[in-house]
Amino acid sequence: MEASVRAQNIFKSFQSGKTKVEALNDISFEVEKGELFGLIGPDGAGKTTLFRIFTTLMIANKGNAWVDGLKVVSQYREIRKRVGYMPGRFSLYQDLTVEENLSFFATLFDTTLEENYDLVKDIYIQIEPFKKRRAGALSGGMKQKLALSCALIHKPSVLFLDEPTTGVDAVSRQEFWELLRNLQLQGITIVVSTPYMDEASLCDRVALMQAGKILDLDTPSGITRKFSKTLWSASSNDMYQLMNDLKADERVNTCYPFGQYHHITFKGLNQEIQSIEKMLAEKGHVDLTIQKTEPTIEDCFMELMNQ
Amino acid sequence: MSMEAAISVSDLTKRFGDFTAVDGITFDVKKGEIFGFLGANGAGKTTAMRMLCGLSLPTSGQANVAGFDLYKEPEKIKKNIGYMSQKFSLYGDLTIRENNRFYGGIYGLTDQQIKEKTQFMLEHLHLEDQADTLVRALPLGWKQKLSFSVSMIHDPKIVFLDEPTGGVDPITRREFWSMIYEAAHSGTTVFVTTHYMDEAEYCDRVSIMVDGKIEAMDSPSALSKQYNAKGMEEVFVQLARKAIRSDN
Repeated sequence: MEASVRAQNIFKSFQSGKTKVEALNDISFEVEKGELFGLIGPDGAGKTTLFRIFTTLMIANKGNAWVDGLKVVSQYREIRKRVGYMPGRFSLYQDLTVEENLSFFATLFDTTLEENYDLVKDIYIQIEPFKKRRAGALSGGMKQKLALSCALIHKPSVLFLDEPTTGVDAVSRQEFWELLRNLQLQGITIVVSTPYMDEASLCDRVALMQAGKILDLDTPSGITRKFSKTLWSASSNDMYQLMNDLKADERVNTCYPFGQYHHITFKGLNQEIQSIEKMLAEKGHVDLTIQKTEPTIEDCFMELMNQ
Repeated sequence: MSMEAAISVSDLTKRFGDFTAVDGITFDVKKGEIFGFLGANGAGKTTAMRMLCGLSLPTSGQANVAGFDLYKEPEKIKKNIGYMSQKFSLYGDLTIRENNRFYGGIYGLTDQQIKEKTQFMLEHLHLEDQADTLVRALPLGWKQKLSFSVSMIHDPKIVFLDEPTGGVDPITRREFWSMIYEAAHSGTTVFVTTHYMDEAEYCDRVSIMVDGKIEAMDSPSALSKQYNAKGMEEVFVQLARKAIRSDN
């Protein structure tokens, strides 16, 4: 079966003052039809550059890319008819109303809101009460829903979403991912980027990206299975002191705060935990807990960054 | 008003026309505390924070920040607080040294003080080699750490951090929190907003705003217990789902 999205040895660099920035450094991957694929990484990973290459807004220095089997350089016109793109920055017409924005984008693609109404219905009903309001006067959440409706209006076969949940609170993020799952059920391939590592587990497969490179690409469980060490979580009455005491111990390999716990790995393969507990008790820690824990995508990302 | 309070807020309200953005919030932040100020988008966090920084006058209510009255002494408040956000960064076309000179100058530091502060900062951040590098050429993680240091150049009593770690890689995010701990340890009060719920766990206390009101306020562990939740993410979702106001 043909991949829905495909990148082959993509390189892209930018000149920033005197320095050359390698935004994408030999990126290759494929996204299958109907897949919900995540590009996970911090700012500067190259996520946006990759989106711009796939949506034919930018040309790579080297390498090839395809969307729906079409080449991004020679067949860009055909690709533009088939992709939906929601950039990270709100880019609809601020001085057109909700309704006018939708009909503008519908006209561009020679369609109407009604024609593919099933696809956008769930999202559109939430902004319909504001259809006479100028887009610039909408709240952030409503802008996002309008942008998504506009990106879907021509029933694209592939949807590119650049950091749709950045700066969005935990509740709205959950709701947005539910929307994505529903869109996926309608057969749309979705490529979504996010700096939030916990969202990786909501994707079918993810590419972990950092500084223009893919650190790993797999299913979320495939990635966490590859964590090379036994991971422990620890807590005590004084978490700050616990961090300092653990970091100062030469048996400790890594120690990172992780919500209510610190996540620890040890240098030795089979670190005997009683001696660590004893050391911490001697340093005055009370209510000490240390137990084995399952690594998350974020633990794996940090391990890959350190390699 | 307790002597130990760095921030003391009573029934603080801000209305825009018939819209009540901040609806009678009351809380104290202790000196040296790391206070997490959470809420859904549109809950009123930014409006409240702007008032506390002396940038916007309340409609009603009282507040004392760093020992100064919000109505009578907003300029003194500004001198005694630091502010940093994900968006507000340093000047990209100035070097690290020049940014320090600029911000040190704004806060009225002497040349000698600026020199000492800059030296200390460069050593502390291991950026000695980069002192004359343009800030825009630094990686984002460094920019954020530097931006935090510069916001503290005048030894403020309180530092306000508005989503300081947005978009930053997971290791730098944790290094950033080490800096927050250090600052709090040396007596600076830290007032911080974040959308990362794991970071909420690092705070001494958090408040959660819903529709302009503070709906919950306690230590993360006490809140988890009270809401029978596994952690702050669950507490937050339980509370924020109740919001009528939708905005993000």
